[in-house]
Amino acid sequence: MSVGFVMMCHTALDRAAQVARHWAERDCPVVIHIDKRVAKASFDGLREAVKDLHNIRFCGRHKCEWGTWSLVAASQSGSEMMLREFPEVRHVFLSSGSCLPLRPVEELRAYLAARPRTDFIESVTTEDVEWTVDGLHSERFQLRFPFSWKRHRYLFDRYVEFQRNIGFRRKMPDKLVPHLGSQWWCLTRQTLSAILQDPSRKIYDRYFKLVWIPDESYYQTLVRKYSTRIESRSLTLSKFDFQGKPHVFYDDHLHLLRRSDCFVARKIWSKADRLYDTFLTDQDRGTVMAEPAPGKIDRVFAKALERRTRGRAGMYMHSRFPNPNWENGKTCAPYSVFQGFNDLFENFEPWLSRRLGTRVHGNLFDRTRARFAGDGDVYSGCLSASAALRDYNPERFLTSLIWNTRGERQVFQFSPRDKQRIAWFMAEDGNAQISVITGAWAVPLFNANKDFLTIRKQAAHLQKQEVDFIDILRRVQTRAEVRIWSLAEFIEEPMEHLQSILDSMGGPAVGRLTEAPRMVDLTGFGQFLQNLKNQGMNPHMMGDFPVELGGAQPKQDGTRPYLVR
Amino acid sequence: MRAVQRYKLRLERKRFLVRAWRKARELLLVADRTDDIRPSDVLCFVTLRNERIRLPYFLTYYRDRGVSHFIIVDNDSTDGTREYLAAQGDCSVWMSQGSYKRSRFGMDWLNALMRQYAHGHWCVVVDPDEFLIYPFCDTRPIPALTDWLDSSSIKSFGAMLLDMYPKGPITAQPYNEGQNPFDIACWFDSGNYMIERNWNYGNLWIQGGPRARLFFDQNPERAPALNKIPLVKWNKGYAFASSTHMLLPRGLNLVFDEWGGEKASGVLMHAKFLDTFTTKAREELQRKQHYANSHEYKAYHSGLNEDPNLWCKWSERYINWRQLEILGLMSKGNWA
Repeated sequence: MSVGFVMMCHTALDRAAQVARHWAERDCPVVIHIDKRVAKASFDGLREAVKDLHNIRFCGRHKCEWGTWSLVAASQSGSEMMLREFPEVRHVFLSSGSCLPLRPVEELRAYLAARPRTDFIESVTTEDVEWTVDGLHSERFQLRFPFSWKRHRYLFDRYVEFQRNIGFRRKMPDKLVPHLGSQWWCLTRQTLSAILQDPSRKIYDRYFKLVWIPDESYYQTLVRKYSTRIESRSLTLSKFDFQGKPHVFYDDHLHLLRRSDCFVARKIWSKADRLYDTFLTDQDRGTVMAEPAPGKIDRVFAKALERRTRGRAGMYMHSRFPNPNWENGKTCAPYSVFQGFNDLFENFEPWLSRRLGTRVHGNLFDRTRARFAGDGDVYSGCLSASAALRDYNPERFLTSLIWNTRGERQVFQFSPRDKQRIAWFMAEDGNAQISVITGAWAVPLFNANKDFLTIRKQAAHLQKQEVDFIDILRRVQTRAEVRIWSLAEFIEEPMEHLQSILDSMGGPAVGRLTEAPRMVDLTGFGQFLQNLKNQGMNPHMMGDFPVELGGAQPKQDGTRPYLVR
Repeated sequence: MRAVQRYKLRLERKRFLVRAWRKARELLLVADRTDDIRPSDVLCFVTLRNERIRLPYFLTYYRDRGVSHFIIVDNDSTDGTREYLAAQGDCSVWMSQGSYKRSRFGMDWLNALMRQYAHGHWCVVVDPDEFLIYPFCDTRPIPALTDWLDSSSIKSFGAMLLDMYPKGPITAQPYNEGQNPFDIACWFDSGNYMIERNWNYGNLWIQGGPRARLFFDQNPERAPALNKIPLVKWNKGYAFASSTHMLLPRGLNLVFDEWGGEKASGVLMHAKFLDTFTTKAREELQRKQHYANSHEYKAYHSGLNEDPNLWCKWSERYINWRQLEILGLMSKGNWA
């Protein structure tokens, strides 16, 4: 008989009884502390349930409250009783009523017998702790905390503030170095009795009574004074979430728990029948003595923390709807927007689609309907092409599209003829790659069979729209990857510019462009612009086009006007 | 939030409670088994009318997930619903012949009953065609979830209404009593939801899905709301403001995270589009007892007459809750 358990219970006493019986029947003495607030009937029920076991004791009861000294007082009473009543116990294991042994007692006993002088207690200096909640690190030891955090939060906060303001500082007695750690430990008789029988225990106790959450620091600090060998880790598997409350284990954690090779886990949901049934029956493990390896479980809970605090970028749903600029990414993946390209090039979308090997959308924000690749009425995720639905909430339309097509880069066209509300959103989105040929909107007008007055009006309107868009793209707040050329600039070296866009898309190497998209015939475009000017409109977005357009003009006969190498 | 506004909401909540008390006089007791309710029980509150065929599966579904007691208001059923429910050992049944519309679509009746019986209990408030899916619902019962919510000091749990529909005309596969409706209606829209904040009540306003896609594509502002808060730790002073979409006090509506993280949430799978729907829609059109002058039903009626197929090639087939989580329709939050 080398290990004894001190159990601290306040709820689910039936489960506590089950676990206590498990240990006691396997020849491990158990001392149970029951919260004083537990009703007499339940207490008597528990007593009755373990009446037949001679090595279970009940120690003096304290009213326990989280974060206060009462928890330490309870564990002291329990430990004292354990040391006094069971002199053959070598290691004392502090556990709670919702703990569950994961490995057979014999294994724990063998493990401890092989390390007879080792104290298993997580004990780290305050500087090295990053898991404390509420930012009270070293202040736990420097201020006084007479008020309950749970019941008198207002007083608690005000008193902390007050002490900070007047610069109040408590001194550690005997120059002890404050240490923190998990409150679930396993100490040797020597160490534990040294702590409990210390001549200056009264002083320490008085000091720790006003420390914040002393159950995480009392033993952890004092053990440093006496222990000859500290293993600074807890034998109890216990994980905490971002609020500082323990994660709970359920039936579906069975395999995770089994593979963790930890001795005891906390906290188990009291109705997790399968866990209790499995781990409280004698298992034939037959494996070699494994070291506890809670790595897998750590990962599961680290993921949960990440999910709760940062979430999945670009996902908007009924339990994640970030305030503006708190999205951690407005959309979930990079996408490309082309403005003016399908005005300048014939069949630009099919060409681009061939180049990239992905689907390329038309003008998603077209006034009449969203022009999805393939021109369907519905697209991935059942996104409707209806303009009314899209314009009802264009930001969600875009984020949904990007989210629905994760894994496939989205590429679409934009134009001053389209609905412009989305412009702000795209400009501020770091995932957007926006390439603009300004003034290209004039090319369809140039080829349009319309009255010149209508054309002039439209040109003025479109130019205004584009100026606004470019202004948005040039703001300081813009996070999109933006490329802007004027039409004149672009047609000087169209292949180079296209290549630079495709190169920065990343993904599989695009390689040099060999097949060029076919450019619209621009003969007479300079004259067209001059006509607009003559009519009193100033088309300035397309750059400098001489009336007689020369050099940059593509030949009309060939289907592939540009062949680069 | 200004004090005036806060006070207004308080008055509004009080008004709902008074209204509930007034409308409670329309309720006639059919079967009272509320003495069996234990303090830790999860309760289920339902208002229904002529849903006899759905009930066996509905009750089994929630019983299996740990609901201990059903409190049901029957709005003048004629198909034996009431008799069937009264014979169940875990159902307490009231009936009302009052107007569904004028009791704010049954919410006044429920507010009244909840004030009396639900104080301190976790309550599932659903329609008989709504099935709650929550994280780990295949391995953990609802009490596991509510225990966890309790320990995290969370009082309400949000779920989005997810319209499920069959492939092909909805009348093609008849629904049989006791059958899992999602054997037939196993398809859904995975990513066409529009979300906005309702600053007044602090909740999200979600629209979209097949109904918006097909029946409201020209007037999306009228598309039905899909945001729901079906699981609440009830307190006497609470009141549902508009169906289960909004609650007062408004802090309960904050079931989403505003700072980039994800809170735990579920999905209410909506088995509305079964073969029972066409007759229901016709009846509701005549009764004119539904929301916004039954506008929704008018739209369905015309829509369903022309082409009763909600399925499209992008529809997603339901597998399990993990699939919904991956699609971003619900989240585990930090429940692991």
